[in-house]
Amino acid sequence: MKYIKQVLGGDLRQYTMVVALAALIIIFNIISGGRMLTSSNFQNLLSGNAYVLVLALGMLMVIVIGQIDLAVGSVAGFAGMVMALSYRDLHLPWYLTVIVALLIGLAAGALHGFFLSQLGIPGFITTLGGMMIFRGGVIWISKSISVAAPPELKWFGAGYLPEWGPKFTGMNNSTLLLGIIAIVIYIVVQLRKYKASAIGSSSKENLVAVIIRIILVSALISYFTWLFGSGREGTSFPIPGLILLILIIVYHTITQKTTFGRHIYAVGGNKSAAALSGVNVKKVYFLTMMNMSFLAAVAGILFVGRSTAAGPADGTSWEMDAIASVFIGGAAVSGGVGTILATMVGGLVMAVLNNGLMLMGVGADKTQVIKGCVLLLAVAFDVYNKKNGRTSASAK
Amino acid sequence: MGKNPFILQMKGITKEFPGVKALDDVSLDVRRGTIHAICGENGAGKSTLMKVLSGVYPHGTYHGQIFYMDKEMKFSNIKESENAGIAIIHQELTMIPELSITENIFMGNEIVKRGLIDWNAEREHTVEILKRVGLSVNPDTLIKHMGVGQQQLVEIAKALSKNVKLLILDEPTSALNESDSANLLSLMKELRSNDITCIMISHKLNEIAEVSDAVTVIRDGHTVESYEIEDGYVDENKIIRAMVGRSIDNRYPEHESHPGEVIFEVEGWNVEDPEIEGKMVCKNSTFNVRAGEIVGFAGLMGAGRTELMRSVFGKNYGIYKSGTIKIKGKEVTINSVEQAISNGIAYVPEDRKSLGLNLLDSIEETIVSANLKAILSHGLISIAKQKKAAEEYRQSLKIKATNTQVGVNTLSGGNQQKVVLSKWMFAEPDILILDEPTRGIDVGAKYEIYKLIHELADQGKAVILVSSELPELLGMADRIYTIFEGTITGELQRGEANQESLMKKMTITSGN
Ligand SMILES: Nc1ncnc2c1ncn2[C@@H]1O[C@H](COP(=O)(O)OP(=O)(O)OP(=O)(O)O)[C@@H](O)[C@H]1O
Ligand SMILES: [Mg+2]
Repeated sequence: MKYIKQVLGGDLRQYTMVVALAALIIIFNIISGGRMLTSSNFQNLLSGNAYVLVLALGMLMVIVIGQIDLAVGSVAGFAGMVMALSYRDLHLPWYLTVIVALLIGLAAGALHGFFLSQLGIPGFITTLGGMMIFRGGVIWISKSISVAAPPELKWFGAGYLPEWGPKFTGMNNSTLLLGIIAIVIYIVVQLRKYKASAIGSSSKENLVAVIIRIILVSALISYFTWLFGSGREGTSFPIPGLILLILIIVYHTITQKTTFGRHIYAVGGNKSAAALSGVNVKKVYFLTMMNMSFLAAVAGILFVGRSTAAGPADGTSWEMDAIASVFIGGAAVSGGVGTILATMVGGLVMAVLNNGLMLMGVGADKTQVIKGCVLLLAVAFDVYNKKNGRTSASAK
Repeated sequence: MGKNPFILQMKGITKEFPGVKALDDVSLDVRRGTIHAICGENGAGKSTLMKVLSGVYPHGTYHGQIFYMDKEMKFSNIKESENAGIAIIHQELTMIPELSITENIFMGNEIVKRGLIDWNAEREHTVEILKRVGLSVNPDTLIKHMGVGQQQLVEIAKALSKNVKLLILDEPTSALNESDSANLLSLMKELRSNDITCIMISHKLNEIAEVSDAVTVIRDGHTVESYEIEDGYVDENKIIRAMVGRSIDNRYPEHESHPGEVIFEVEGWNVEDPEIEGKMVCKNSTFNVRAGEIVGFAGLMGAGRTELMRSVFGKNYGIYKSGTIKIKGKEVTINSVEQAISNGIAYVPEDRKSLGLNLLDSIEETIVSANLKAILSHGLISIAKQKKAAEEYRQSLKIKATNTQVGVNTLSGGNQQKVVLSKWMFAEPDILILDEPTRGIDVGAKYEIYKLIHELADQGKAVILVSSELPELLGMADRIYTIFEGTITGELQRGEANQESLMKKMTITSGN
């Protein structure tokens, strides 16, 4: 047992979720008669859920500062609709429409951030207002009908990595390259962590355990590289998945490796102590809220691209999926706790559930019920694990 | 004098946390109707022992036996120990600041009539109990509007309301000034004469000498000494020897200051109370500090020392009205803590739980948190640098923890204080404001911290030392300002200051 712990390293809870995720995938695969672990299903799963995972990235940061954002779905819908309208009515080129959508996201976020940081109105209320405003706004400007999006956007929402190079690899070479890069990055990161663990009094990691871990993870990455790369002709690792991957790396770095990231955790953990340490609490609030709505716009763009049109109901209750992902990933309601990677695992649990239940032919109604139960179970498990976990729901 | 029977006997108590054996076969015998003092270094296991006794750590999570009033006790929570008449007042106050005295006292024990709270009965009871601890304030007063000393008394009143027979006080006077402390000690004596037994943990040996009937010394989770005091004389040096394993001849290290230029000047500083309009918390305060000088600030609790310091530190407290700050002779505008820090000022707050620490952080994250710039490499945080920095302080300040990745919430009170100090020393300030830096710190560690303060002064830093312990100010400061009700009432050089002259200026009433 101790050895398994060493191989997994660090945070056992995170790995419990990873194991749960793996178990889910395997169980669904068995029940559905092997339809879970197929190239096309996983390509679908990823491009069909990338937008929620993008939202979860921003939501994690919002929850870490002890706030919540209810407006993300509405902002995503609104930004997507403005994009489609500026293409249809203003005939802007597609790339300008994308920029317009992103600007809308930034502006919406600035609005939320202003009310929270300058006027001190809790994010729950601020974004409840935003949610109503932007939902109403979408319906208003679209006159309740769907609007076609620039066709170029389809690539963002549902495109695949290009095909090139020799055929003998037996799979899509872009995907292969991506897989190799991922493995190399993982090895470098692990080795550097191993070196850092030797500093000072903290116990040095077991080298053998580290190597076993590297081999296991590399095998996993290889398997998924093969899964994504060996599908039907013309398909490969989806573009929205690539965008998500890049965003994960960026936001993981921001939260774990930059002063701004540290400040987010400081503000969420103890606002007064953070302020006395020279953290500009208002700035942290503002930027975090602004970033959330920016990512909401990105999610809106991905979604519209995939469905080729912006609809008035786009984004409805997306915030709930995003929030659920963050909490399944082990964040604390009171703030200060949670990581990007764990949130992604939480989001994938939700995505796999959706996908697996659909494969089994379970209706949307029952899926909803099951997802609710999983959320409660995951959080209860968490609270049980750290008995004095702080879970007051009061918005600070 | 016939000896009272034992009210409490703890036998062979062993308590382990993951990776730490906090208590190892500890025994404690307490006689009924006495005041029993427990001493020991930071992290020795004192608080842990009391948490075992009071059921915070339930039966089954430790080894050993507890006999209380001749019966073996197996408390599985605090409620059970309370019902048995054991009350604990924790090292950190645990009342709810937004609620009134009455509400806090009856929290969890509300008087209910026909399903509703009987407020009148609660209020009456509160007034009565408050009288027993010598407080005459409105029972509807909110806790946050009371001074720490009074809050402490309310905590005791709360314990008394539960018909307590054994009262445990974990460092009750660490946040109190001399007169509040004296008040509390005499209250304890009174409780003793009413047949209430007290166990007191304290790092203030003079207080232990004053009130205790028996002393137990714990070191590294072992009982090293336990004896009853025979003829009213307590040998403080004997306690120290037992605590740290060697004798400390001088509580304050030798030091010669070489003050240089004046580098920090505050002039005509006026600040209004944030809650009460028109009430000034700092009145026309003017003071200065030289490079390499240690300047003390003396004053009673509530005199406005902390308020003055926090407002100077980036206007972090109250409503700024007027006043100027000069650093190295140049006038600077400092409107935020960020600016204060970038101007080389650091402030170590007195209230570490609510102002100094993020309890979710590890030791190393805390230590670097006020100076992240120093651990960046290529713009990104370097964990290696963070570890190296933290490790240095862990060793030099003797922070008791297995490694620097341990969460600060698992540290003993004194060790948390050391982490907070490290955090601000790591920020490398020119002007260091220390607000009660040795609160809750044991004698040995205090000595280390004093040496560090001297070192900082020798490096040419200006040190401001706010303290409620006059001996500490007299032992450490080159110059002492006194404050009374927001006004600086005097300035004494090292040679001219003594307890009497300071006390006099700290209690000057307006008009004189
Ligand atoms: N929850 C916990 N988890 C892990 N270790 C702990 C925990 N609580 C206490 N410890 C460890 O147990 C030891 C004893 O701590 P304790 O709080 O009893 O010390 P103390 O004697 O009260 O010190 P102080 O004078 O500083 O208050 C310390 O080494 C501390 O780090
Ligand atoms: Mg303690």
